[in-house]
Amino acid sequence: MNAQVPLKKQQSATDQEVDQECKASKTGAEIFVESLQNQDVEIIFGYPGGAVLPLYDAIYRNPIKHILARHEQGAIHAAEGYARVSGKPGVVIATSGPGATNLVTGITDAMMDSLPLVVFTGQVATTVVGTDAFQEADIIGITQPITKHNYQVKNVQDLPRIVKEAFHIASTGRKGPVVVDIPKNIANAIFDVDAVQEATINLPGYQPTLHPNYLQIKKAVTLLSQAKQPVVLVGAGVLAADASKELTEFVEKYKFPVVNTLLGLGSIDGDHELFLGMAGMHGTFTANMAINNCDVLLNIGSRFDDRLTGNLKKFAPNAKVIHIDIDPAEIGKNVPTEIPIVADAKEALRSLLEQPFEAQDLTLWHEYLHECQEQYPLWYGEDGDEAIYPQYAVETIHRLTDGEAIITTDVGQHQMWTAQYYQFKKDHHWVTSGGLGTMGFGFPAAIGAQFAHPDQTVISIVGDAGFQMTIQELALLKEFKLPVKIFILNNSCLGMVRQWQETFYEERYSSSLMPVQPDFVKLAEAYGIKGYKVDKVEDVESVFKKAIESDEPVLVDCRVKELTLVNPMVAPGKGLSEMIGVKKG
Amino acid sequence: MRRVITVTVINQSGVLNRVTGLLMKRQFNIESITVGHTEQQGISKMTFIVNVEDQAKIEQLVKQVSKQIDVIKVTDITEKAIVMRELALIKVVAPPNLRPEINSIVEPFRGSIIDMGKNVITYQIVGNPEKIDAFIELIRPYGVKELTRTGATAFVRDAQVKPLPQLSILQ
Repeated sequence: MNAQVPLKKQQSATDQEVDQECKASKTGAEIFVESLQNQDVEIIFGYPGGAVLPLYDAIYRNPIKHILARHEQGAIHAAEGYARVSGKPGVVIATSGPGATNLVTGITDAMMDSLPLVVFTGQVATTVVGTDAFQEADIIGITQPITKHNYQVKNVQDLPRIVKEAFHIASTGRKGPVVVDIPKNIANAIFDVDAVQEATINLPGYQPTLHPNYLQIKKAVTLLSQAKQPVVLVGAGVLAADASKELTEFVEKYKFPVVNTLLGLGSIDGDHELFLGMAGMHGTFTANMAINNCDVLLNIGSRFDDRLTGNLKKFAPNAKVIHIDIDPAEIGKNVPTEIPIVADAKEALRSLLEQPFEAQDLTLWHEYLHECQEQYPLWYGEDGDEAIYPQYAVETIHRLTDGEAIITTDVGQHQMWTAQYYQFKKDHHWVTSGGLGTMGFGFPAAIGAQFAHPDQTVISIVGDAGFQMTIQELALLKEFKLPVKIFILNNSCLGMVRQWQETFYEERYSSSLMPVQPDFVKLAEAYGIKGYKVDKVEDVESVFKKAIESDEPVLVDCRVKELTLVNPMVAPGKGLSEMIGVKKG
Repeated sequence: MRRVITVTVINQSGVLNRVTGLLMKRQFNIESITVGHTEQQGISKMTFIVNVEDQAKIEQLVKQVSKQIDVIKVTDITEKAIVMRELALIKVVAPPNLRPEINSIVEPFRGSIIDMGKNVITYQIVGNPEKIDAFIELIRPYGVKELTRTGATAFVRDAQVKPLPQLSILQ
């Protein structure tokens, strides 16, 4: 027995040596690709350059689907669209310097909207970092305030652990972007042991709370059972936790009315009888009055953004607030909260469902809300006007897709009209830039969404101005045969800027009109895809139908009424109950 | 409101920048900040003093700093029984004829002389920031040539004072 032990050891040592020899040839770049495969990454959006040549060479040799965008911003917005509809982290690669700085807008956008992204940037070699080398930018310093976390890999041995941690941080707790900066010499460095499997996460300072405190749930239940005029405000946290089912079950059980934030749309069926619409600056009158008059406000996964609350001093003046959020820092940040509950929305809703209670009789409350809906529905247009109203265009898209398409937008008027008039049937179908309000987001995001769901109808509703900010990504539609449908609500101006200038700056349209525009149809054709122009209201239905039913990419340049406003509106500094433009005329 | 916050962090490059950058982004005004190693390897501790308007602001600060991945623990120790120390080096104009007088000021503060020139003396003072403020105030008329302070570092005392039960109905 004793004699055998050293023999065995000897043998295994030889095996190890053989193993080592095989693995000794691996570079940091190969380990990088292996780490991505370990994370089940199925697609990467990126753009190569000098500092990431080793990474791209490894991608070439170890097939992993890479989508070459036409600008780094396009790549990262596509990754955001992918992350939003699939729930998986979007992966982006860009080179050092300008490649990395071109990602800044997308990273900030993902941070504001809590989208999981893992962003890899190249960096100059560690030997020259800090010398203002060619294409060097301090991307760690630049992205520190706009990421959930960031890393610069200083030793190739750390690479597998850092990649693993980056994915973990990006996709757990309150999701967000993580940047991993990889210097070129680290990507080229020889990695001497097979540490990919052994890489363990070591994050003592990061333990998100997922399960709600039982006593807090008890308190919430007590308060909800006393509520005579309750309302449930639902934000993107419910979507991030994939808790639409639980939410619907909960509100149906107690007949609680529901309002959404912009980003929370789709968490409950847009046609549900308990759904009052979006609240906030351009929300429905009923949703805002529900918040204004409620006695208990149950906020699930919304961060009380200023576009939702309006003037904080006038926000929900009579309400006791229950706030469920996975991020403790959001609770009490803007609105004083009676019952804070730090938890994942799904876990919290399950806990609430496990504590059945007797709700108050809400008949009067529902009657009041119903009356608001009857009296002050969303409205648009003027009698006898033959122009195509943008709201009508969105309604048509809604009708033709049954509310089941994946819709992406930029920011501005078209975004608000889509939020108001496209009632989403399902969750994870709504992709928009909410917190940061990024022009040029919608179209590349649609590309990412289509990659995530090749069989679904993906529609990008964009404005003429925002679309031109990332228009170069049109090349991808043809290249990858992506049947994305683009609807430009073209009013030849920066609609929302113009609206504010009309309303608050006495119609001084400073730099907001764009009379000269490209011929979008010809542009589409130049990129090898079909384009239609619609400028008569009677053509809308037929052209939209043709576009949506096509199994190819289509661009529709829809010339909508130029001088029209998003209504109703809570003017800046006003409370939710002080809406303007609530009625026609 | 002046608050004393201690932050336990993983000692990684850039961690100080993360914390101060965050405070800047959220518009907190740092009065002083100190960082150093602790008894545990790889763990550092920061002590910073900030001025905030109200309780809600300080709660935000603690929560936001806690969110940083490299931050292990954040504590607002202002209300606790704490020991707090700061060190100051003060170069004072001290011609020989005035030295006895100056020394009589330094003595109660238990300052020590760490450098001496023909006409100037450098004192070292250790104590809580108020004590150092008081010393500087007294020594200033003699002419302070140079002054540098480390910022306060602090931690909680072993024995915390328990609130006494109210025995009288009079406040």
